[in-house]
Amino acid sequence: MIPAQFDYVRPTTVEEAVQALRDGGDDAKLLAGGQSLLPVLRLRMADPSLIIDLGGIAELKGLREEGNEVVVGAMTSHHDVARDDTLRQHVALIQEATKTVADPQVRHRGTLGGALAHADPAGDLAAPALALDAQFVIAGPNGTRTVAAADFFEDYFTTAIGEGELLTEIRFPKFTGWGARYEKFNRVAQAWSIVAVAATVKVEGGTISEARIGLTNMAGTPVRARAVESALVGQSASEENVRKAAQAAAEGTSPTADADAGSDYREHLARVLTGRAVLAAAG
Amino acid sequence: MTTTENPSTPAPEIGRDRRRKEDRRLITGRTRWVDNQALTGLLHLSVVRSPFAHANIKGIDTSAAKQVPGVVAVYSAADIGADQVQLPCAWPITKDMKSPQRPALAGSRVNFAGEGVAVVVARSAAIAKDAAELVEVDYEELEPVLDMEEALKDGATLVHPEIGTNANAQWVFDSGEAGSGGDVAEALKKAESDDDQIVVRRRFRQQRLVPVFMEPRSTVVDPNSEQLTMWSSTQVPHILKTMLALTLGLPEHKIRVIAPDVGGGFGGKIAVAPEEVLTLLVARKLGKPVKWTETRSESLLTAHHGRDQVQELAMSVTKDGQITGLDVKLIADMGAYLGLVGPGVPILGAFMFNAIYKIPAYRFDCTNVFTTKTLTDAYRGAGRPEATFGIERLMDEAALELGMEPLEFREKNWIKHEEFPYTTVSTLTYDTGNYEAATEQAKQMFDYDGLRREQQERRRRGDVKQLGIGISTFTEMCGLAPSRVLGSLDYGAGGWETASIRMQPTGKAEVVVGVSPHGQGHETAFSQIVADQLGVPFDDVEILHGDTQSSYKGLDTYGSRSLAVGGIAVVKAAEKVIEKAKPIAAHMLEASEGDLEFSGGKFTVKGTDKGVGIQDIALAVFAAHDYPEGIEPDIDAHATFDPENFSFPHGTHLCAVEVDTETGFVSLYKYVCVDDVGNVINPLIVEGQVHGGLAQGIAQALYEEAAYDDQGTLLSGTLVDYTLPTAADLISFDTANTTTASTTNPLGVKGVGEAGTIASTPAVVNSVLDAIRHLGVKDIDMPTTPYRVWTAIQSASGHAGRADEADVASPGAGLGSTASDISKGDTQGGHL
Ligand SMILES: Cc1cc2nc3c(=O)[nH]c(=O)nc-3n(C[C@H](O)[C@H](O)[C@H](O)COP(=O)(O)OP(=O)(O)OC[C@H]3O[C@@H](n4cnc5c(N)ncnc54)[C@H](O)[C@@H]3O)c2cc1C
Repeated sequence: MIPAQFDYVRPTTVEEAVQALRDGGDDAKLLAGGQSLLPVLRLRMADPSLIIDLGGIAELKGLREEGNEVVVGAMTSHHDVARDDTLRQHVALIQEATKTVADPQVRHRGTLGGALAHADPAGDLAAPALALDAQFVIAGPNGTRTVAAADFFEDYFTTAIGEGELLTEIRFPKFTGWGARYEKFNRVAQAWSIVAVAATVKVEGGTISEARIGLTNMAGTPVRARAVESALVGQSASEENVRKAAQAAAEGTSPTADADAGSDYREHLARVLTGRAVLAAAG
Repeated sequence: MTTTENPSTPAPEIGRDRRRKEDRRLITGRTRWVDNQALTGLLHLSVVRSPFAHANIKGIDTSAAKQVPGVVAVYSAADIGADQVQLPCAWPITKDMKSPQRPALAGSRVNFAGEGVAVVVARSAAIAKDAAELVEVDYEELEPVLDMEEALKDGATLVHPEIGTNANAQWVFDSGEAGSGGDVAEALKKAESDDDQIVVRRRFRQQRLVPVFMEPRSTVVDPNSEQLTMWSSTQVPHILKTMLALTLGLPEHKIRVIAPDVGGGFGGKIAVAPEEVLTLLVARKLGKPVKWTETRSESLLTAHHGRDQVQELAMSVTKDGQITGLDVKLIADMGAYLGLVGPGVPILGAFMFNAIYKIPAYRFDCTNVFTTKTLTDAYRGAGRPEATFGIERLMDEAALELGMEPLEFREKNWIKHEEFPYTTVSTLTYDTGNYEAATEQAKQMFDYDGLRREQQERRRRGDVKQLGIGISTFTEMCGLAPSRVLGSLDYGAGGWETASIRMQPTGKAEVVVGVSPHGQGHETAFSQIVADQLGVPFDDVEILHGDTQSSYKGLDTYGSRSLAVGGIAVVKAAEKVIEKAKPIAAHMLEASEGDLEFSGGKFTVKGTDKGVGIQDIALAVFAAHDYPEGIEPDIDAHATFDPENFSFPHGTHLCAVEVDTETGFVSLYKYVCVDDVGNVINPLIVEGQVHGGLAQGIAQALYEEAAYDDQGTLLSGTLVDYTLPTAADLISFDTANTTTASTTNPLGVKGVGEAGTIASTPAVVNSVLDAIRHLGVKDIDMPTTPYRVWTAIQSASGHAGRADEADVASPGAGLGSTASDISKGDTQGGHL
């Protein structure tokens, strides 16, 4: 597995990276952890002439708290996201989902920003980001702009990141005290999701007061299960109530059919897994 | 010469759970794989492959590729005579078998997606790959041939029009004709009109699998040494060498093949691969060393696949559970061409469908078919997993229809321990075995009765996660093989094996073996055998293998033969060393040979404390200053062992799974196996072989499939799509051994390399079905993916009224089939 030839640069600041993107034109490709890009290059499904390695840009790595938000640099590895105490306390859902990504080797290399920018519909981090109303900070020739998760994911492998731009950080609002569960369904432990459900709920006195639910691989982009969210609010977190509410999980989705699952099966899984995810998050 | 006062014998090596000698270098990566070979001036080869399953080649334009800096040559088939080559098939199973020519590169037509059409040779592997992308091939697409049954119908598109049919051969065994049993057609007919008998018919599918070895294949050829040298990641360096000579018309003594450390094979490296031949042809043409190393996707696409059969089975059985006949009709997919032993693989199953059971009438009828898919050949178990799956699934189905407990039904029919040696309806003579003992131990370890109770509890409560219990009581034939038997099966070689022992002046032993390990731990196990035989320390033994210059004669490693055949050759060589040393010892001790005894590495004069060690004799013959007249000053020895029988390991495997009835997901819950592999040389290695074997057999049941789309494109061309399980998907297996020593070899050993794979697949599928049969599910094709399980449950409950009358008994529940819905004539396979 040998990629086609390319030039390689390793900028040390976001500014330099933006400049490199401008110089490279539409034949340039950003490299984060390489866990999605390298297979694509090695299978020769893409042959960019310039690779811009973001690994040398210190400002893109790491996490910090900023008021009501936790800010994660795009180049923060899955491994670091999965272990971080601040996230555990305030944004547990993204952490739960990250723990299910592939295997330790991939989690050491792969990054949150790379996964979100790659926008694979079966990827595990977009649905939680959507459910959590994350904000995406994007740098480009005209400075930075911020895009809400609801507007970030546009289609299969397509995001709001424009030509000449890069994702620099992801800002998560704090969900302190919320329960969280990422219910992933796949065939073998290190495989991609057939369907997965990201649920985080706030339970007060045995009653669900708020709920956020995102679905993985139920359409070209992650989907919010809003009908389930509203059906849950004000309900006690009993198995019966939750399962009933979860029946609405497939509303508004358009899942694909493949060897692993027909679309009817995906819809069914969405309902079952939503019930399980919410019960676990509430428990 | 030494005289010992303290003739204490060292503790025996055989039976010790020694860590493997070879693991330090393998695990730390400090070994040399073929791809590590870096010869001066080495060139690299990349193969241009067809994206189409079936197409005429109208033209190949290599001009752009040739322009790439660093490219040395671009060849299509005719440029190097690759279209004239006939890659060998060593197993013509019938006199009228149809063998289409299998070239090293396709000349005018490609017959499967991935077949090579041109090669690029360049100064680096990257340049070769870049240039290969620029080779323009003009294809005229032909109809692919994908379905085995369709392929056999009149008017079907032919893969190879020149042979006039898609049928490769039909091979039949009939116990009536062979005189080993009755006529099965009669038995079935009789049963059908007999109120005291039933006939159970089922159709099972063996999906296509890929033997995913860890080290991709790689070949380096140096044409300039005195002997042309080929390093190859192969299981069969000796066979490869002879076949290269025969296939290419090269003098055999001018070829040297080296299989260095090889990272797994599982049968997938029993081949004379087109790429091995291409590398050789190109190296000779250019007079330069050339390397070919495949990518993982090339490996999945073009290294041979395994299994792929449709099985139509019929069993007649009396209502009190006595089997009266078994009829087996197979069609087996060869893919586009015949591999080295491909056509014989399904035929090995002929001897194993009757398994451990006493079956009075038996017929086996297999038709091999060509399709436009990657060819199939040996894959761990080769023929026996298919047979074991068929019979062990059928035993459950028959028990179900009879309303008998499936273990009881098996016991009623199996060969009792006091009946050995036992000659089966398929004419093999099982030397030893004790199915009762293995089953009893397995049941206890498993808590069979407790789990049956738990299953009932869950069923009563209507739990989302239902429990299923699956059984496989298996035997297999391995230790390939008595040469005369192979001859009677028209196999192209014998089944003997060789070993040589070279005693060094310092008393160390170099042992050269003809088997060719690729992960099994031969160096450790054989050292243990030699240490005991010669009475030398374990660390004083070195096992050499895999280089035809040192190991000049052998038949390599497959079919769980290395210990049961190769290991015995080692014993025989050691016996010869001792025999040769004896007159010298007598001379040194000034005693007569008749007064000597050999034990613990020493000859001693009976009744005295005078003795001399074998290692000292080695030094004495090296000096050769003083030795008896009329003999050679040499105690080295070479031995060839031809087994008189196969080896028949057996065992009882019990599997419990949980099936999530809401999602269809199957999780392993408990797995117990008690295998009888005869005497154990190294328990740690045996356990390792069983664990790996289980993982592979379970993977067939639950995870793996090489699927093609309707154009003949392989859908599982990467390891993302070909879902190999890892440790994270499996559970901790409970393994144990019972021991009935084999009586057909002096070590009393049987094979173990394939046992786990052969036995486990039906145990798992039986357990999956056992968990959800009460929901109306009858069968599910392998792999039993969540989607298939869920769909099976859906469609079973979709049948009018089925959900309510859902107490169709699990065979394990002991309730019997209350339902007429599992009708006698139902031969439906799975639901997908
Ligand atoms: C064996 C295996 C199994 C996997 N299983 C899973 C799984 O179960 N679940 C899952 O979610 N993922 C899985 N992945 C993917 C993994 O999560 C990757 O890490 C992730 O998809 C890509 O992240 P990366 O940092 O490696 O990005 P890269 O591969 O480097 O880049 C991916 C894409 O994003 C672009 N990109 C990267 N960074 C930026 C940026 N800052 N701004 C703009 N564009 C950018 C790149 O140009 C490229 O197109 C798996 C990967 C492998 C190899």
